[in-house]
Amino acid sequence: MTAPAVLFDAPGPRTIARHRLYTIIAGVALVAVLAFVVWRLYDRGQLEYAKWEAFLTPKYISALLLDGVLVTMKMALSAVLGAVVFGLVLGAGKLSDHASVRWLSWAVVEFFRAVPVLMLMIFIFFAYGISRGDSGAYWSVVIALMLYNGAVLAEVFRAGVLAVPSGQAEAAYAIGMRKSQVMNIILLPQAVKIMLPAIISQCVVALKDTSLGYAVAAPGLTKVGQSIYQGFGNQVPTVIVLAVLYILINLALTTIATWVQKRFVGEKKVLEVSMVGKTDAGSGLSV
Amino acid sequence: MNAVLDNLELVLRAFSYTVLLFLISGVLSLVFGTLLAAFRVGPIAVLSRAAAVYVTAIRNTPLLIILIFFRIAGPKVGINFNFIDIKIGDLTLNNLFAACVVGLTVYTSTFVCEAIRSGINAVPLGQAEAARAIGLPFSGAMREVILPQAFRASVPPVASVQIALLKNTTVAGALGVFEAFARMKSLINDDVASRNAIFLTFAVIFVVLVEVVSFGANRLERRWRIAR
Repeated sequence: MTAPAVLFDAPGPRTIARHRLYTIIAGVALVAVLAFVVWRLYDRGQLEYAKWEAFLTPKYISALLLDGVLVTMKMALSAVLGAVVFGLVLGAGKLSDHASVRWLSWAVVEFFRAVPVLMLMIFIFFAYGISRGDSGAYWSVVIALMLYNGAVLAEVFRAGVLAVPSGQAEAAYAIGMRKSQVMNIILLPQAVKIMLPAIISQCVVALKDTSLGYAVAAPGLTKVGQSIYQGFGNQVPTVIVLAVLYILINLALTTIATWVQKRFVGEKKVLEVSMVGKTDAGSGLSV
Repeated sequence: MNAVLDNLELVLRAFSYTVLLFLISGVLSLVFGTLLAAFRVGPIAVLSRAAAVYVTAIRNTPLLIILIFFRIAGPKVGINFNFIDIKIGDLTLNNLFAACVVGLTVYTSTFVCEAIRSGINAVPLGQAEAARAIGLPFSGAMREVILPQAFRASVPPVASVQIALLKNTTVAGALGVFEAFARMKSLINDDVASRNAIFLTFAVIFVVLVEVVSFGANRLERRWRIAR
């Protein structure tokens, strides 16, 4: 937390007293808001056992965890693995010495970054998945996420390679390495270390976006939730449970990313690439 | 191409919805995001904690879940927007539209908050110290030295957030607002043979919209650049 250090001096006794007053007022207001929310839920019968029963029944819990969480994670993981490969190719293309390859990669990256994932997903679904039932929907989601996240990771990859001090490449050329050797032996291993946290953060984005599979009836957590609330008519509890599950998985991923950041990158500056989900205070964003 | 040209009016109306969703939630998210950021960096620990928890929770929830909350779950606990019924020409802004605007705003404002916070963090500590050293009071240091730099530094991240919002408006299409995504889906449904042409047209229009927003942001960024 550096922000308070920029914005405020260390408070004196009068300011401390004033802040204490504000704290009490704010605390009371927050408690009042929370109480109102709970009362509203109670008043509209959302806290009744019948509405929550589904989440205490082993059958539905296992559906949520196996057909929901596990499938969602599988989708996100395959999408990110594909995206890493796609991103490596495009990133290498953007760094190419041949102008035509550079321009082509640039155009592909810009296109997939600017087109909404949902549009891409539905197009792939109509073009490929619609005749293939459940697995068609599954792969439509994976491919769409792969293309979008691959385009974002291409930028990460490029920034990662450019972040390696230029002396490294110069030294490698000086001892007579070829371009491919410089890339594979010298630059890539160092760049991957810097890129890892950004790639893991991108997993959060991919994981959240798997929920868009709703539009093509793809399996996953959102779909399971949808069938639960359609069966039980317990929309509010289901949305709360779904949100909590997504938040828990994503927080776990963020924790891993932060740990990798500390372990492999150290105090070096975080890669600044727009549209990448950042691990901490930075400008995280998604979809 | 005919598939799109024959339905030009519908396509235009769809993109009007997209742009309206973007503009209204964009402005609202800037307002609420700034408010959240103020809580977040303010001196009141309770508010700052509460804002942090809220931002973390919303940021890690998929936008679709948030929209489902406001569209489907909200009415069950009395959160509805039935009082909203505005007609602009052929466009109808009703409770569905309002629920999607609120969902998009709730989601985007947390990202705006983080973007502005990163802008505040980008102001070098020495600037604040210098402002105090020349005797500026707190309000003066804020107004003259820190906030102008913070706002300028947050232009690029806020712009990426707004571009993400523009693309996120398509999620509203999955929940009943007939904007670009929903219109594209129904056009493809009616005319599967022209699938590729329809998709490419909609995609290219989106690329253009995104480029317009990022062009504006670049101009602003260049005009507001701070010498460092």
